[in-house]
Amino acid sequence: MIELNPMIIFVAAIFTNNMIFSNFLGMCSYIAVSKEIPTSMGLGQAVTFVLACTSVINYLIYYYILVPLNLEFLRFIIFIVSIAAFVQLLEMLLERYLPNLYYALGIFLPLITVNCAILGVSLFMIIRNYTFLQSFAFSVGAGIGWTLAIVALAGIRQRIKLDSVPAGLRGSGIALITTGLMALAFMGFSGIVQIQ
Amino acid sequence: MAKYSPTKIMINGIWEENPVLVQLIGICSTLAVTNNCMNSLIMGLGLTFVTGLSSFTISLIRKFTPKHVRMMVQVLIIAVFVIIVDIYLRAFMPELSKALGPYVGLIITNCIIMGRAEAYAQNNPPIPALIDGVANGIGYTIVLLIIAVVRELLAFGSLFGVKLLGDWWTPWTIAIMPPSAFFLLATLIWVGYNIKNKKSEVAK
Repeated sequence: MIELNPMIIFVAAIFTNNMIFSNFLGMCSYIAVSKEIPTSMGLGQAVTFVLACTSVINYLIYYYILVPLNLEFLRFIIFIVSIAAFVQLLEMLLERYLPNLYYALGIFLPLITVNCAILGVSLFMIIRNYTFLQSFAFSVGAGIGWTLAIVALAGIRQRIKLDSVPAGLRGSGIALITTGLMALAFMGFSGIVQIQ
Repeated sequence: MAKYSPTKIMINGIWEENPVLVQLIGICSTLAVTNNCMNSLIMGLGLTFVTGLSSFTISLIRKFTPKHVRMMVQVLIIAVFVIIVDIYLRAFMPELSKALGPYVGLIITNCIIMGRAEAYAQNNPPIPALIDGVANGIGYTIVLLIIAVVRELLAFGSLFGVKLLGDWWTPWTIAIMPPSAFFLLATLIWVGYNIKNKKSEVAK
């Protein structure tokens, strides 16, 4: 494995290795919550924040607790529990200290626990043997990339809301086709950087 | 529910309420592993195993689980079965396990399993819950395989790694790229919708 500059990973995670367009992670909420720009923006911010924090927590837990104890196989359980616990904690803290932010992001927080992108990023960073800085750059980039994708889709969906789409494709079908076209466009970035 | 018919549950899970085509859940992994038939088959089988057994277990302990911690309990049960699948794959099919990468672990967050647990296993006896989970898994596997067959055939001219089309076949590189998965899934949803609506029109 070649040592990659965290900055390169950051850019790659946004454009060439976008969570949605090349890894298909977080699709469920991506399709379900992309009807309006403000809501999707809120969800995107919440996802980015949770991603950045949980990847750091999971990195520390994995390398400082699980690996020394030879308990790597427990990582699925530990990761999902730490993500759920973090989201719960965040919800309580926000409610107590930043009520405005809580009302803006609050409804999305429970959704985030089951967002595959969060767990996916934690698993990717283990599989690809990222260092601490690389993991952090990767998770922030992945969150921004995810936000970019969902906000762009929401913008397009608002415009095609009134168009006459074949009955069978209305709603999620057309959203998938739109996503396919967006993924095609994002393939144009693939020349910039490449990470595996 | 006092009475249940296994065939009805089966048909419901596989076709009437197919998790991917109708409910549109669990699509994250649907798309990611379909660039090759073998991967999709293994992924489908893994998911069927996890969904069936976790539905069964959740249904078994449904009377002792306090309502407010049930989500956590469900996630832990699912995670245990996913770990079993992961260890099995790593021991017996190391290459496949490598190709599937994080997606085996992502079975945990696959909405199908949680969805079935919440919607069915929570209020039904263990055996129907098992059948329901398996049926949903099979419905998912079938969709996965259809997409994978089209993609692999177009991209490599082969199925399950066996070359079917001769050298005259020009590979469609696009079919192996992510966009084609989105287009194919949309097409499948469309086709499924049309078949269903035709049926209900005839029934009227």
